Amino acid sequence: MTPGETILEVRGLTKRFGGLIAVNDLSFDVREHEVMGVIGPNGSGKSTTINLISGALRATSGSVLLEGHDLTAARPHETARFGISRTFQLVRILPALSVLENAVAGAVLGHRQRWGQEADAFAKDLLERVGLADKISVPVSALTYIDQKRLELARALAGEPEVLLLDEWLAGLNPSELQVGIDLISSLRAEGRTIILVEHVMDAIRSLCDRCVVMNSGQKIAEGTPAEVLSDPHVIAAYLGDS
Amino acid sequence: MPDILRGGAVLLAVLAVAALPLLTDGYWLSIAVTIMMYTALSTSWALFSGPTHYIALSTGAFYGIGGYLVATGMSDFGTSFWSMMAIAPFVAALLAGAIGIATLRLSGVYFVIFTLGLAEMIRNLVSWVQNNFLGSKGLYVLTELEERHIYWMLLVVTLAVFLFGWRLGRSRMGFALRILGNDEEVARHVGIDTARTKVLLFMTTGFFAALVGAIVAPRYYYIEPNVVFSPELSFLVVIMALLGGTRRLYGPLLGVIPFTLLWEVVSASFPSATTMVLGLAFLLIVYLIPDGVTGLIGKLRKRSVP
Repeated sequence: MTPGETILEVRGLTKRFGGLIAVNDLSFDVREHEVMGVIGPNGSGKSTTINLISGALRATSGSVLLEGHDLTAARPHETARFGISRTFQLVRILPALSVLENAVAGAVLGHRQRWGQEADAFAKDLLERVGLADKISVPVSALTYIDQKRLELARALAGEPEVLLLDEWLAGLNPSELQVGIDLISSLRAEGRTIILVEHVMDAIRSLCDRCVVMNSGQKIAEGTPAEVLSDPHVIAAYLGDS
Repeated sequence: MPDILRGGAVLLAVLAVAALPLLTDGYWLSIAVTIMMYTALSTSWALFSGPTHYIALSTGAFYGIGGYLVATGMSDFGTSFWSMMAIAPFVAALLAGAIGIATLRLSGVYFVIFTLGLAEMIRNLVSWVQNNFLGSKGLYVLTELEERHIYWMLLVVTLAVFLFGWRLGRSRMGFALRILGNDEEVARHVGIDTARTKVLLFMTTGFFAALVGAIVAPRYYYIEPNVVFSPELSFLVVIMALLGGTRRLYGPLLGVIPFTLLWEVVSASFPSATTMVLGLAFLLIVYLIPDGVTGLIGKLRKRSVP
């Protein structure tokens, strides 16, 4: 789907932890229906950026705007209601809830709220959508790693977010699971969802992202299509070291 | 079972329980009052602490506020029992709100210790105010109320707690509490205002504890702050709820009945061993049946249906 209007604006976003500047004056736009990759070496500030957008951390300065709403000072439950959903770098399933309840959890107080039978039906559709149709009555503790990731994805989709943040959603999958995972995100992209993807897996970035922001030491060092940024000398230097 | 049959069964059970004072007075009625009191306290404690796993040891403080406000209102300010009983729960709820805002961001063991310390602080503060400013003439709660009246009032409170818990279990807020108890971080990110949810529930348990404390006050006749702000009560409420199990609304009830009877026997026959029994019970329950009696029943049922 062709990208539409700008939906999320990140402007001069900065986060300091004491003397460390984890994210430094970061700006980029995300357009509707676009998959935006955020890549960079370990410790370059990618996850901090996700945490700032989702409200888990508060920015030292700069701003985040979603469809004109200022989310800079919003707390996580507020960003969720405005339409930002996320998954976590280390998968977080609700262990004492059933598979269905885990998915419903995203719908009850999220962006588009559903409750009761309506929420159950919607969550069931989403579980089928992410490939958990035959796991709905399985105990959560019996889910494999990729199924847990699927479940987390279903939960994130259940509030019908405007922007979906995937924080290394593909990390830890084995090669065959990886292809399944890429295909799944690819199908979300085909539905026209707006996604910000923090990722290390280069194949995924090449095949999924419309555009990428490359970060190093908290700063944006490149922005463009995957092909453009991955051939950028600054990016190559950041990943492989100078000289 | 169809809803109407189930409703009928509950109604019959309530009527039978309500008729108890007509059959007996004296010793067994007094035990029934104690059971009713701890049922209300443990069930409302479990509404908050069950799903969230925030173990609050402050029930005694809120219960004490109920009892103390009734006593000081009647003895020092000449107000009626009824008006103090109506005011006390709201005072406790406000206090619980303030405590909640201050402490509910503490996690795990820090929250437990803070609530225990706080309850002690309130007890000492109230004793100090009473002794220095309100005169130490003693606080008398003299009413026309008999044991059976107290019993019926407690029954109404208990029913209110159950009704509230039943509604909560079917509400978005109840579901939000379960999510929150599983993972607060996830809860926040699916749109739950975790701080507000926790504070509101904590206020509710404070409200009910103070209401119970106020209703029970006439049983004491003579009230000392040191007695009604009882840390032992805070522990008993937790032990009974854990013994019964907090995952079902009726769980605490199944802990309250046997433990109250045990407690009666121990207090009567081995009065110097109560603290030891309390500690031992705590250990045994936590090690052997961490999910309580209801959890145990659930497990056995699952095993018998392979």
